[in-house]
Amino acid sequence: METYAEAGKEGKPSCASVDLQGDSSLQVEISDAVSERDKVKFTVQTKSCLPDFAQTEFSVVRQHEEFIWLHDAYVENEEYAGLIIPPAPPRPDFEASREKLQKLGEGDSSVTREEFAKMKQELEAEYLAIFKKTVAMHEVFLQRLAAHPTLRRDHNFFVFLEYGQDLSVRGKNRKELLGGFLRNIVKSADEALITGMSGLKEVDDFFEHERTFLLEYHTRIRDACLRADRVMRAHKCLADDYIPISAALSSLGTQEVNQLRTSFLKLAELFERLRKLEGRVASDEDLKLSDMLRYYMRDSQAAKDLLYRRLRALADYENANKALDKARTRNREVRPAESHQQLCCQRFERLSDSAKQELMDFKSRRVSSFRKNLIELAELELKHAKASTLILRNTLVALKGEP
Amino acid sequence: MAAEREPPPLGDGKPTDFEDLEDGEDLFTSTVSTLESSPSSPEPASLPAEDISANSNGPKPTEVVLDDDREDLFAEATEEVSLDSPEREPILSSEPSPAVTPVTPTTLIAPRIESKSMSAPVIFDRSREEIEEAANGDIFDIEIGVSDPEKVGDGMNAYMAYRVTTKTSLSMFSKSEFSVKRRFSDFLGLHSKLASKYLHVGYIVPPAPEKSIVGMTKVKVGKEDSSSTEFVEKRRAALERYLQRTVKHPTLLQDPDLRQFLESSELPRAVNTQALSGAGILRMVNKAADAVNKMTIKMNESDAWFEEKQQQFENLDQQLRKLHVSVEALVCHRKELSANTAAFAKSAAMLGNSEDHTALSRALSQLAEVEEKIDQLHQEQAFADFYMFSELLSDYIRLIAAVKGVFDHRMKCWQKWEDAQITLLKKREAEAKMMVANKPDKLQQAKNEIREWEAKVQQGERDFEQISKTIRKEVGRFEKERVKDFKTVIIKYLESLVQTQQQLIKYWEAFLPEAKAIA
Repeated sequence: METYAEAGKEGKPSCASVDLQGDSSLQVEISDAVSERDKVKFTVQTKSCLPDFAQTEFSVVRQHEEFIWLHDAYVENEEYAGLIIPPAPPRPDFEASREKLQKLGEGDSSVTREEFAKMKQELEAEYLAIFKKTVAMHEVFLQRLAAHPTLRRDHNFFVFLEYGQDLSVRGKNRKELLGGFLRNIVKSADEALITGMSGLKEVDDFFEHERTFLLEYHTRIRDACLRADRVMRAHKCLADDYIPISAALSSLGTQEVNQLRTSFLKLAELFERLRKLEGRVASDEDLKLSDMLRYYMRDSQAAKDLLYRRLRALADYENANKALDKARTRNREVRPAESHQQLCCQRFERLSDSAKQELMDFKSRRVSSFRKNLIELAELELKHAKASTLILRNTLVALKGEP
Repeated sequence: MAAEREPPPLGDGKPTDFEDLEDGEDLFTSTVSTLESSPSSPEPASLPAEDISANSNGPKPTEVVLDDDREDLFAEATEEVSLDSPEREPILSSEPSPAVTPVTPTTLIAPRIESKSMSAPVIFDRSREEIEEAANGDIFDIEIGVSDPEKVGDGMNAYMAYRVTTKTSLSMFSKSEFSVKRRFSDFLGLHSKLASKYLHVGYIVPPAPEKSIVGMTKVKVGKEDSSSTEFVEKRRAALERYLQRTVKHPTLLQDPDLRQFLESSELPRAVNTQALSGAGILRMVNKAADAVNKMTIKMNESDAWFEEKQQQFENLDQQLRKLHVSVEALVCHRKELSANTAAFAKSAAMLGNSEDHTALSRALSQLAEVEEKIDQLHQEQAFADFYMFSELLSDYIRLIAAVKGVFDHRMKCWQKWEDAQITLLKKREAEAKMMVANKPDKLQQAKNEIREWEAKVQQGERDFEQISKTIRKEVGRFEKERVKDFKTVIIKYLESLVQTQQQLIKYWEAFLPEAKAIA
């Protein structure tokens, strides 16, 4: 099986979290997105020379639920049990942003017109950023599928990309929700498997290591992601604080008749520019750190799911062995027991092989993504700090130079 | 001749004679100090005899340079001023003196002119200008530090004692460097005395830091947590700024109560400053009465300058308050950012421990270290935000309240003058009636009263003019100080921001190669 992680570095990564180098035989991107009242419509554009498609270039409109349908279809497919299924994109959530815009609209009489304009600008930028992120998340999901040699050949994938009509994937009804709930219970049983509480004997050192590693890693990266979010939000808060400060300094300056006039006005300007820089620091931390952590939190969950499936296969295999022994001692129905055991064995081995490969790819994917993002984060932080220093120094020179 | 007299300048130009005076705490500034060979004034319990002998550290006696003019000045003064001048009595008490007779240095210089005349404004003008000119240079050589907060006593009677250190080359002090221990109520007592002496004649007396029952209770109870250390530090810094502002005022610097505060090792306890004491309650009642009175005074403002200035200060007050609120929010959020960064640093470290790729693991640990350092940085910046920016604003909000108070006193002064004029009118009417009614004894009484009230009207006018003049000068000085203050602090604050950014650059530059080293 190809290891796409080691393939040529030509891919066009649109989401910084995942380094995608696919070949150009199937290129997928979200070329447009429209946000309506409570849903987002993504325009998925495909360029492909593969024979599976009727045209070489085509696009369809999809909503979030249809992405989820596609994801679930992969998860439920036995053929892909040995693969890490790329995590589903999160639901677009503009609730918080919309609420804030509404509150701003309701008005606060103590806020000046300029302050209001700036705050509105900030909130609109926030809204736009959330929008861009949700597009990126949906896009990278599709692109990972397109880059994976096995997953890209899935029939449902073709349908998703090509079928012009609505896929009629309505939201889950009660029965499906219940089904989802039950599935989670089964999953907890799997958790018992994976945490070794069920007494299942792991024979392979590699997987033993991966199991302990992933369990801890997933918990810790989830923690780190939550806390990175808080840092980013605090930074954003700080940047927003500069708005009223700048406004107050401005009015102080215009009222003064003495030398403080220019000082205050320059200070007001300074804080306005510092605000923009702090805002950029916040959004860079968001993209390079928070988002990356969040993505690998989901990806490590997908890797854990793979391990569950493999362990379930191992459990099945062991049970089949026991059944075979029993059949042999009783000398009854040995044949079916034998073939069943054979199947289980094959399945388990197949899963183990592909899981090994997938987990190694996961590691290299993770390492290169962290590397890229940490480097970019450091470079951006440096850039912003240097810019801040420059404007601060300029203001200092101007202030000191005055009589 | 009296017109030529001027109080000696502060600083180098001190008369040599002055040194003899150390053991007599004399309110009269250096002018009058040379008048008495042996002080007969009641001595407030202050300088013990030892201080005088320690003159070796004191101002260089041999270096004093006197203008010939000034020598003559003192020669004159020796003859003119009587030791039993009635004005002296109220001045020397150590309690807040009744705010009846304005006590300005000019009183002391020109009592000869008229028994109760208060000022020779022309003279005073020039002399003050000279002091101010001197003050603008580096002749104002005095540095105050408030440090070493120490808890004294236990339980609810405990208090914090602060060390007040003075470094100065001014010769009015017996030493060039000395320190005393003072508690918060001592500072309040000092302010109370200065305010009662100078506020109602138009001097802008810097307000003392505010009381805080909650803050102090925590300290008394012995909570050793960070919030009480922060509270003590906040108070210490506020007390320092308070004293620094007070000594910058050329008139206040001359005040013996201030000198006593800075120098004497024992200070009578200022009990009237307690919030719930009888005097405290009286103060509150008076404040309320004042507020009501202010509303009912309709003053005929003949001088547009005052109206303009009042409006200006009103606007400034509003704007500063608004800015202060925003800066407080900034401080709060920066502290939050610091806490969140620290939490993230920890989880990054944990993640680094979990990571099984060696180079990435190391990079994540490095990231955790960087974030920890950045958290420290944010904390320090939050302190700077607060102590430089926020406290400056709150200091000035209170200072402007003092300025407004001074304008109010002027209004009251005007009211008094106005009332005297009305009374005089009534007395004249009464006299006219007497004349008609032909009652000779009552007529004499009426004439006496008229004379009395005529004098009061003249006094009222003079007071009003004096206070107006003083306010003008004070406002000029205040504005100059304000400009200097703000500029200095703003520059310091921006430098702190630059410092933070430079540190950030250092940290991220150190981290970058680590990130690149991930193979």
